[in-house]
Amino acid sequence: MPDAFVYDHVRTPRGRGKLDGALHEVSTVRLAATVLAALRERNDLDTALVDDVVLGCVDPVGEAGGDVARAAVFAAGWDRRVAGVQINRFCASGLEAVNMAAAAVMSGQHELVVAGGVESMSRVGIGASGGAWPVDPLVALPSFFMPQGVAADLIATKYGFSRDDVDAYAVESQRRAAQAWAEGRFARSVVPVCDGLGIPLLSRDEHMRPGTDMQALAALEPSFRTLGEQMGFDAVAIAAHPEIEAVRHVHHAGNSSGIVDGASAVLIGSAEAGEAAGLTPRARIRAFVSTGSDPALMLTGPVDATDKLLKRARASLADVDLFEINEAFSAVVLRTVQAFDLDPAEVNVNGGAIAMGHPLGATGAMLIGTLLDELERRDLACGLVAMCIGAGMGTATLIERV
Amino acid sequence: MRTFGPLDLGCFRFDAGDDGVAVLTWDTPGRSMNVISERAIDDLEAVLARVVDDAAVTGVVVVSAKAEFSGGADLALIERMIADYRATAPADPVAAATVLLARSRRLSVLYRRIETCGKPWVVAVAGRCLGGALELALAAHARIAADDSATRIGLPEVKVGLFPGAGGTQRVMRMLDPERALKVLSGGREHGMAEAVALGLIDRIVPRDRLVDEARAMIAAGLETVKPWDRSGFRPPGGGGPYTPAGYRFWPAAIARYRQETSDNYPAVRLLLRAAFEGLQLPIDRALAVEQRLFAEVLAGPEAAAMIRTLFTGRRALDRHPRRPRGLPERLPHTVGVVGAGFMGSAIAAALALAGFEVVLVDRDATTAARGRETALAGLAERVRSGRLEGAAAESAMRRLTAGEGIAALSGAGLVIEAAFEDAATKRTALAAISEVVADDAVVATNTSALPLAGLADAVRRPERFLGLHFFSPVERMRLVEVIRGGETSEAALALALDVVGRLGKTPIVVSDGRGFYVSRVVAAYVGEGVRMLAEGVPPAMVETVGRLTGMPTGPLALADEIGLDVAWRVAEVALAGVAPADDPVARVISALVPERGRLGRKGGAGFYDYPAGGRKALWPGLAGIAGRPRPAETIRVEGLKQRFLVVQALETVRALGEGVVAEAREADVGSVLGFGFPAFTGGTASYVDGLGSARFAAMCVELADRHGERFRPPVLLAELAAGGGTLRGRFPAG
Repeated sequence: MPDAFVYDHVRTPRGRGKLDGALHEVSTVRLAATVLAALRERNDLDTALVDDVVLGCVDPVGEAGGDVARAAVFAAGWDRRVAGVQINRFCASGLEAVNMAAAAVMSGQHELVVAGGVESMSRVGIGASGGAWPVDPLVALPSFFMPQGVAADLIATKYGFSRDDVDAYAVESQRRAAQAWAEGRFARSVVPVCDGLGIPLLSRDEHMRPGTDMQALAALEPSFRTLGEQMGFDAVAIAAHPEIEAVRHVHHAGNSSGIVDGASAVLIGSAEAGEAAGLTPRARIRAFVSTGSDPALMLTGPVDATDKLLKRARASLADVDLFEINEAFSAVVLRTVQAFDLDPAEVNVNGGAIAMGHPLGATGAMLIGTLLDELERRDLACGLVAMCIGAGMGTATLIERV
Repeated sequence: MRTFGPLDLGCFRFDAGDDGVAVLTWDTPGRSMNVISERAIDDLEAVLARVVDDAAVTGVVVVSAKAEFSGGADLALIERMIADYRATAPADPVAAATVLLARSRRLSVLYRRIETCGKPWVVAVAGRCLGGALELALAAHARIAADDSATRIGLPEVKVGLFPGAGGTQRVMRMLDPERALKVLSGGREHGMAEAVALGLIDRIVPRDRLVDEARAMIAAGLETVKPWDRSGFRPPGGGGPYTPAGYRFWPAAIARYRQETSDNYPAVRLLLRAAFEGLQLPIDRALAVEQRLFAEVLAGPEAAAMIRTLFTGRRALDRHPRRPRGLPERLPHTVGVVGAGFMGSAIAAALALAGFEVVLVDRDATTAARGRETALAGLAERVRSGRLEGAAAESAMRRLTAGEGIAALSGAGLVIEAAFEDAATKRTALAAISEVVADDAVVATNTSALPLAGLADAVRRPERFLGLHFFSPVERMRLVEVIRGGETSEAALALALDVVGRLGKTPIVVSDGRGFYVSRVVAAYVGEGVRMLAEGVPPAMVETVGRLTGMPTGPLALADEIGLDVAWRVAEVALAGVAPADDPVARVISALVPERGRLGRKGGAGFYDYPAGGRKALWPGLAGIAGRPRPAETIRVEGLKQRFLVVQALETVRALGEGVVAEAREADVGSVLGFGFPAFTGGTASYVDGLGSARFAAMCVELADRHGERFRPPVLLAELAAGGGTLRGRFPAG
């Protein structure tokens, strides 16, 4: 079986996902084209060598609809023989794109593939693609549908994380992200989004609030209490986890992932394809999994996925030097750390989506790049990315430097 | 021009007027209430054909000749469809289902043909118009109703495990915004005319005697015969259907609330939600087809049959008092005395006064009695304020309810209900005092939930005129009364008690004496099982939640608090009879709460729960200290706990039947659902056993006995039934 290697990674900075966000005037396709263009330029890449572009996108409607990956190929001026496919595994779409690209390479069917994702949450809007899960009784009942924030509060309640615990985690995410930016740790991967004249619209993540402290967060009201208590979702949570007397609502905008715009791309290929394109491999994709998990807890998939991944890779936790666990909500990371008794100093070392934002379909590929950059900076070998996913799923990927 | 002969109708009269308007008068022979029988459907089909064919007919007004418009579908007809399906399904399920669908959709198809026949139909409602009859009105082109309080509309189908399956889900969802529509469809409530007009389900209200004239006038003035949903560009109200921004705001919460209210135990409501959700995405004819298939699916499941059997057929049968001694004429007392002006006594007194009895309420002194009367009056006033009671009815009840100076005030009462504190000594004293003053032919009843009559009867002067009447709280809402026959109770006393219960509008079950009779005995089994789970290390909240997920109205620990832990402790003490509490898990927990810590339950402000003043009750954090450290929830099977809750109650019922405490399986069923909220979807405790089959139920009990203790060991009766493939209904049939 051929190995799948990571040759490069780029991402845009993440723009605040609102009307006044720096990237709001940039279409979804242009965001995606930005990272494709950067890959070509940085690597002097003959794009005709690329078999496919796999892009995750969670709300693929309107300007992001149809097949946004094929659209991005045109917008980036890539060779017309490069195919494109848009995929959706909700919040892990970007990571799933990496895994599917790796699978195509490992199976010997593709040589060189771009995997990534794009989401303009300010332009398309979260939930714009609809779907049956929340509204169709045939799906909503067996999946114990509830808004993700209520599920995150259920996790905090069930596993004993207090408001202080989740706020403290958020403060640390902000601190680490600010430090990483200050020390230029993202410099290798972040490419600015520019207008046609080359004037940058955004060069740094826009969502961060460095200096956030416990006191500032303590002032925020829980965001999901009304939904939980008045619309019946707490009862759904308790029906699925009857040992809980009452859901404690602890999450709010300050300890949940930010709504942002952004895109990412990872160049993945076989050894031969890399050689032919004159590229040097940076890491090998060792194993990957996706799995279903408890749909009511919804966001504990990283625990199930990590378990499954380590078994598949015949690896142990001790083999893993650094972890990226997507910061959808504080409790997601805290529960994963708790389940495996991880060292917090090895988890999300440069902050995450609470500080920098979570451009849904793009985040997974960003985490691969962030992890790889940091493994190189610290000269460590092995890293694991795990993501929680709506409707109760988890996706995880194990990479090791070569 | 063609001439038409008279229509041969069984349930209707068809009178074509000179103005072209035909009046269709519904008057089912031999029944007090119109129901939609097979004959009624045949009639309507014939009428429709005539209306379509006869050019002289310009419109139809449908009225009823009875006091009520109609109660809706004939549930006996639905029971037959279900029975036929069940008989044929094992051999060929798809063929059986095809027949079931063809039969169950017939009414829906007919209503749709009326709706699209091109001539206006007006349904003129006086009295109650429920279920399938309201669905006829909704298919018509206008609805006009009498402006009086006796005229009410509603869709009660969900109460018997069905949903409005003759177009009701589709038309209501297209007439009202989804929030109100689902409330009307799944709430099962009756609506008065003010509300019905505000909702838009009734177009006009007029005085009852003007109904037909006004309906004619509506037709003469010209009525639209094409429904909004039959025009192009129709959008359902409230944002245009499920896959819209409004739909995404509405449906997730609607589904969550369904789960909150039903624990997803009621397929009829679940499939009703699906009919509404899926139907709104389709043109009306395809939407009706979806509704028809889902309705047939409801009929095919076990819950509808079980609920109709117990909540309709069984309850109605018991309301006719089959256990009342035959041949004795009805004899209602003019005056009823109530002794004990506490919470229960005053509520019973209010109910009696509302039912038309002169009521004398007495207690140890006049002041206490007067205070009890005030409590009763305040309760009546509150019901008037909230619209559940007519002001005039409350006022005359208040006049009939007097507080007596002392026990002597009871001398003229034909029935005296002793409602003193639930303690044998207290009751014996009260009963002896009553016996001193009442007339020789007066009946004396004790309102007790559990105290055996055998221990009270010798305090009464005439034990043959003594019995038990177990009322449930809140009295005005709880429909069941457990009538307890003591060892010497005469037939005349029993007949009088049943006559009074009937006049109260309540449903009686007649049981024999014994500790806890039927209801409290089974409730104790439920509560005991919950406490055992707690002692086994099931987290307290899990015990409670799973109790409710099973379908019980209250968790067992909360229920124990309501009953009073001191009561539970006295029971435990008696049961222990000298055995150390440590050897019995229930006694160990209760003794740690009651004698050791003085936690007496809700009335003491502390029991399994804490009851903070002005706050929500919360499980007492100290439970872990007395019951043991909870086990991780992941190691406990929720389905296993649910099964224990249901089986422990059903098995106690089997024992009560076996011992002759309960005589008929249907009394056990009706008593369990109405008395203590045993999950209605099972059809009741006996139906739960019969639904599983006695062999399977017995096997389940053996397995539970091996794992959880001898209380689950099948008694001889159950073993016999299981061996012979018998049912409780067969062994304990209706008398």
